[in-house]
Amino acid sequence: MPADIVVLGGGVGGALTANLLSKRLPSGSARIRVLDETGVHVYQPGFLYVALDQANAGWLSRDLRSLLRDDVELLIDRAVRIDVENGAVHLEREGALHYDFLVVTTGAQPDWDGVPGLRQATHNFYSLIGAERLREALRTFDGGSLVVGVAGMPYKCPPAPVEFAFMVDDYLRRRKVRDRTRIRFLSPINRAFTIESASKLVQPLMEKRGIELETFVNVETVDPDKRRLTSLEGETFDFDLAVLVPPHVGATVVRDSGLGDPGGWLPTDPATLQLKSSDRVFAIGDATDLPISKSGSTAHFEAPVVVEQVVAAIEGRAPNPAKSRYRGKVTCFLETGRRQATILVFDYDHPPKPPRPSFIWHVAKWLFNRVYWLTVPRGRI
Amino acid sequence: MGTTTADLEIDARGSFCPGPLMELIKAVRQSDVGKKIAVLSRDPGSRTDIPAWVKKAGHDLVAIEDADDYARFVVEKTH
Ligand SMILES: Cc1cc2nc3c(=O)[nH]c(=O)nc-3n(C[C@H](O)[C@H](O)[C@H](O)COP(=O)(O)OP(=O)(O)OC[C@H]3O[C@@H](n4cnc5c(N)ncnc54)[C@H](O)[C@@H]3O)c2cc1C
Repeated sequence: MPADIVVLGGGVGGALTANLLSKRLPSGSARIRVLDETGVHVYQPGFLYVALDQANAGWLSRDLRSLLRDDVELLIDRAVRIDVENGAVHLEREGALHYDFLVVTTGAQPDWDGVPGLRQATHNFYSLIGAERLREALRTFDGGSLVVGVAGMPYKCPPAPVEFAFMVDDYLRRRKVRDRTRIRFLSPINRAFTIESASKLVQPLMEKRGIELETFVNVETVDPDKRRLTSLEGETFDFDLAVLVPPHVGATVVRDSGLGDPGGWLPTDPATLQLKSSDRVFAIGDATDLPISKSGSTAHFEAPVVVEQVVAAIEGRAPNPAKSRYRGKVTCFLETGRRQATILVFDYDHPPKPPRPSFIWHVAKWLFNRVYWLTVPRGRI
Repeated sequence: MGTTTADLEIDARGSFCPGPLMELIKAVRQSDVGKKIAVLSRDPGSRTDIPAWVKKAGHDLVAIEDADDYARFVVEKTH
């Protein structure tokens, strides 16, 4: 009997895991099914470029089927409950999928109502619609007070708001409204973002560009009429345009199945990526509770670890120790504006030592954006 | 665990920077004025982060207690 493998979610982690499994498993040894509620794979890093008028939305989505290998089955439906005890995923439309192995890659979702007033009064680049609305707002922005910030932790892609701040600075200079604009960057912690070495690198650059860093700003409410943001620390910030990263929560199905922590993140073993409640269930990508960046790159390095364990179990052998342990590896680019970027490479035990921003890394990120569709989800890099 | 009593004890020893601070902020948000919250942290960054945040937010840092490989911060929500 072939083993039943269900991959829940067809984003970065899901598409890649399914394709790697299909490559590694001899045909007939397993049935690999991807379950996704949209059937569309979205390249979320592109939201940043749409917001800043550097890319069209059309470039960001592809039919998920076109990214999956032929022998991977795709089911377009919504999982409503994961039953770990009986090894089944219940579907919204009808029925349930039985599994021998389940890989949960349901990602993180913005909680637009997590802060009162956020939905009504602020812009964002954490959804396609948000990015398109922000692009329109920026096109007509004629100067004033712009605040960029983070309205809740954790959120995906920790460097993204910093990148936005640098890139919007360039954008406003090009549009010749920068001299009439005050840019403030609001961070919930005492530096620009979570990674200390990278914050040390970007903070002087922010100062140079006249981007004011405000630390310990934990957004409590946003007043749409006064266009005023109030922090838990008791400060207020008036704005003409506010661009905030919304708070994030784990997927609804995780919360409804009683599997997540209070934020809806799956309690996951940091090395094996097994769910703490079942060794037949793995979690990768944004869905986990791991103390590491929520990023596509994380999912990219985690997928082979899960694949090795599942393949070994099906082949009835012990997993290769070198390939079946995740050590927290993440690699991501950080745009610093002026067509420069740096790169952050780190793992659980080694913080990044980012090189001085340069044109090379900017080009590397640009190239990566171009080749993403041909490489990452298909398991080619 | 420590000598200073608290109404709520958060064990953030498994979490890395800025996890313990974020846990504390969440608890302060959800607690009533006058309540004492203790957070346990193994992260050396908490030594600067937590007192700095408490000062800025205008709450009281009641105690910092050292144990073998972690510290216990007790904070009173004052407003
Ligand atoms: C603005 C922005 C910039 C970013 N920049 C970068 C970057 O430069 N580098 C980087 O590495 N990462 C970046 N990221 C982060 C990256 O996009 C995510 O971390 C990555 O997509 C996570 O992959 P995932 O597979 O965990 O989840 P996702 O890719 O979000 O996929 C989750 C999938 O699960 C499906 N799903 C959810 N619930 C259900 C359900 N109940 N039933 C069926 N299907 C379901 C969804 O339809 C979705 O397809 C960025 C993100 C944003 C928003």
